Amino acid sequence: MTTAVLFDNVSRYFGAVHAVDRVNLDIAEGEFFAMLGPSGSGKTTCLRLMAGFEQPTGGHIEIFGETAEGVPPYRRSVNTVFQDYALFPHLSILDNVAYGLMVKGGAREERRKAAEDALAMVKLPGYGTRRPGQLSGGQRQRVALARALVNKPKVLLLDEPLGALDLKLREQMQEELKSLQKSLGITFVFVTHDQGEALSMADRIAVFNEGRIQQLGRPEEVYNQPKTRFVADFVGSSNVLSTKLCQRLGLKAAFASLRPEAIALAAPSNGALSLAGTIAGQSFLGATNRVFVDVDGARIAVASPAAHAVPPIGSPVTISFAARDLHPMEDA
Amino acid sequence: MTVVAESIILPERRGTAGRLSDFFWRHPHVLLAVLLGPPLLWLGVVYLGSLFALLLQSFFSIDDFSGLINYEFTLATYRQLLSEANLDIIIRTISMAAAVTLVSALIAFPIAYYAARYARGKWKVLFYLGVMLPLWSSYLVKIYAWKLILAKEGILTWFFERLNLLWLLDAWLSLPVVGGNSLSVSYTGTFIVFVYVWMPFMILPIQAALERVPSNLIEASSDLGGTPAQTFRYVLFPLALPGIVAGSIFTFSLTLGDYIIPQIIGSSRLFIGQAVYAQQGTAGNIPLAAAFTVVPIVIMGLYLWMAKRMGAFDAL
Amino acid sequence: MRSEKSNRAPLGLKVAAAAGLAFMHVPILLIFLYAFTTEEKSYQFPPPDLTTQWFAVAWDRPDVWAALTLSVKVASIATAVALVLGTLCAAAVSQTRFFGRETISLLVILPIALPGIITGIALRSAFSMADIPFSFWTIVLGHATFCIVVVYNNAVARFRRISGSLIEASMDLGADGFQTFRYVILPNIGTALLAGGMLAFALSFDEVIVTTFTAGQQSTLPIWMLEELIRPRQRPVTNVVAMIVVVVTFLPILGAYYLTRDGDQIAGAGK
Repeated sequence: MTTAVLFDNVSRYFGAVHAVDRVNLDIAEGEFFAMLGPSGSGKTTCLRLMAGFEQPTGGHIEIFGETAEGVPPYRRSVNTVFQDYALFPHLSILDNVAYGLMVKGGAREERRKAAEDALAMVKLPGYGTRRPGQLSGGQRQRVALARALVNKPKVLLLDEPLGALDLKLREQMQEELKSLQKSLGITFVFVTHDQGEALSMADRIAVFNEGRIQQLGRPEEVYNQPKTRFVADFVGSSNVLSTKLCQRLGLKAAFASLRPEAIALAAPSNGALSLAGTIAGQSFLGATNRVFVDVDGARIAVASPAAHAVPPIGSPVTISFAARDLHPMEDA
Repeated sequence: MTVVAESIILPERRGTAGRLSDFFWRHPHVLLAVLLGPPLLWLGVVYLGSLFALLLQSFFSIDDFSGLINYEFTLATYRQLLSEANLDIIIRTISMAAAVTLVSALIAFPIAYYAARYARGKWKVLFYLGVMLPLWSSYLVKIYAWKLILAKEGILTWFFERLNLLWLLDAWLSLPVVGGNSLSVSYTGTFIVFVYVWMPFMILPIQAALERVPSNLIEASSDLGGTPAQTFRYVLFPLALPGIVAGSIFTFSLTLGDYIIPQIIGSSRLFIGQAVYAQQGTAGNIPLAAAFTVVPIVIMGLYLWMAKRMGAFDAL
Repeated sequence: MRSEKSNRAPLGLKVAAAAGLAFMHVPILLIFLYAFTTEEKSYQFPPPDLTTQWFAVAWDRPDVWAALTLSVKVASIATAVALVLGTLCAAAVSQTRFFGRETISLLVILPIALPGIITGIALRSAFSMADIPFSFWTIVLGHATFCIVVVYNNAVARFRRISGSLIEASMDLGADGFQTFRYVILPNIGTALLAGGMLAFALSFDEVIVTTFTAGQQSTLPIWMLEELIRPRQRPVTNVVAMIVVVVTFLPILGAYYLTRDGDQIAGAGK
């Protein structure tokens, strides 16, 4: 498998701030790769390093096997969809989309044809004569996508592409982006702070915190087997069991994660593990109730189906879970 | 798996523009130097250089016999600057600048307040242009207009005559200090023209400051039982003050250095600007002229320092 | 109703605002009236009769034409210099981060923040120290110095409105620095530069204080007027010239306003 983007021990420092700190990455060709993390975690800086807007302070970057350091953004076959779309306000939609071909010296008729095809691909045929100011947020997003894709980039970078859209539009665009990526076969690298978005769209996810990758893996791995407390908290809020509880359950690891959905408010059935505690509180989340159980002073969240009744606060309760849902962690 | 046929990295640009572009991208500091070089050379070297050279001359003196400049460091010129006659000029100019600033603020405030709070849509545009056009129209023409108005045979005399109030005008002109032969050769005339010419500079900063006052603050004040006067005193005025101070920088500084208005409309007693002009011109005493220019520079330096502490620069 | 009450201005405020505006405009309107007066020897009001003959007299005056031509030439070249230097400075300050950026803004504003007489006398003594004789170019040098700030203010305001990602987007799509300037930056700051240029022209066209120190024996239109103000010789011609100056300076101000009306205001402090 060809490597599309390679980061070898890459760092980017801004004075004393270590925005990106010794990051190693290996993105395969044709992959849909997500960089997930809170703001200031270094994910956007990594994207800008790939685009060429930033240069690494240390380490080595390769794009399709070629050294990328010192190569200006306008000489990379990498295109970006910006968070604020960055459509040129003084140009028509068609001229926006054809911009990349224009500056590379493409013939006028060719440019127009390619731009119109790209607009059709993002389901905006016939919008060419309008101005960016006349379009809705969702439409602008599609134009930004068409403007990048018309250049046939080897890697497409998307910076929080869906952040400015409302929930319904966001879900629709997630689907469209995914099918577009599959049909074009282009490597997509996208940055997001929304774990749901990353889990549903990406082939692999890198979780960032404080300039470093905390965990890199397939969505199921990241979700079910968080390696660090940060990942456990940030990706779907896992419970982290302390050393004391781990020992009581007969586990060798110092810490372990346990997802709320893997826990039942019931006596253990065959082979299941269990802990005794008292109900500490609950909140209604629609499909489920989130119940907090106090186990020796540790608070454990349990996702209980809404149809099940929850005992009143203070009542003793037993929680049970399968041993395979308990995942040892590196640190807490 | 697809085989990558062409290189992912496009070839180096050919031609001078392409190479230069790559060079600037790799060396952003060179680009910055290219951008900043010409303006810095012009302003930093030519302009600031002249300014420092002028200030330096204030530490030289003039030889009383030959009339030539004696290039030796001395404070004699400053001693001369602080003579009674010259101090008189300085005090007169500062008092005038202060009076002009105060009255300008009084006239400007209602205009700025109305434009910021009540004028909407078409009226707002009209107000804006109504301030901008007089502000930008010719300085000399504005002075000339007042020469027409203040002349003995001009419109003001005619107006007072019509109202049978000529005795009032005469009584005012017979007063000491502010009076004179006619309005166009009195301090009153100088003062009116100063206010007229510099007052428009006060309006936009006040308007900008007032526009940043949320209207619900005024509603909150009246909701809490404040009378309009109390609302003005305790809410509006303190919030508009940075704008007033910002505007006063212009009215004060411009009055301080002007030498044409008092020369055309006013008495024979000098202001700082006229003194500088006379010293460098007819008297040929460049060191004393340079020392005189230090006065407005020091006063404005102090003024700007105070204004900055009051946060007036945000209203500029 | 409180909202209704707060949306209607008190009568006193209306009167004060209207009186203030009248104070600003009536003297300028009088200039228009006096251009038509038949009275030659004094500023008599009301004018005894009205005539258009002075326009013809002014038209035939070579000294007025010479002064006007010089003013237009000086203003054009000073504006061109200010456009280049002001834009360069604005680009450097708004597009890059460097130590001492605040100082640059201060330096640009200094020539108008200090009284004109200081700029004038400083340049004059520098010219005499460097043995530079007064010429057309010494006038231009003085004018360009204080015109830079007007262009700079307008350009900086517009640069601030261009989102930084526009320039990155252009580079990302394959445009090098020069292409980005030509296809993205210039179209977006163009109207602001035009507006700044118009204001700079108006400022230079009207300038008298610095000019008296840097002009030598030549007369720009304001110098011509100043001499008439000090020693009136041809009042009717001066009246006509004053009116023409008012009209000529109004046009660029209105033009600049229409070019910048959505968003940034004309830097009124620029004079």
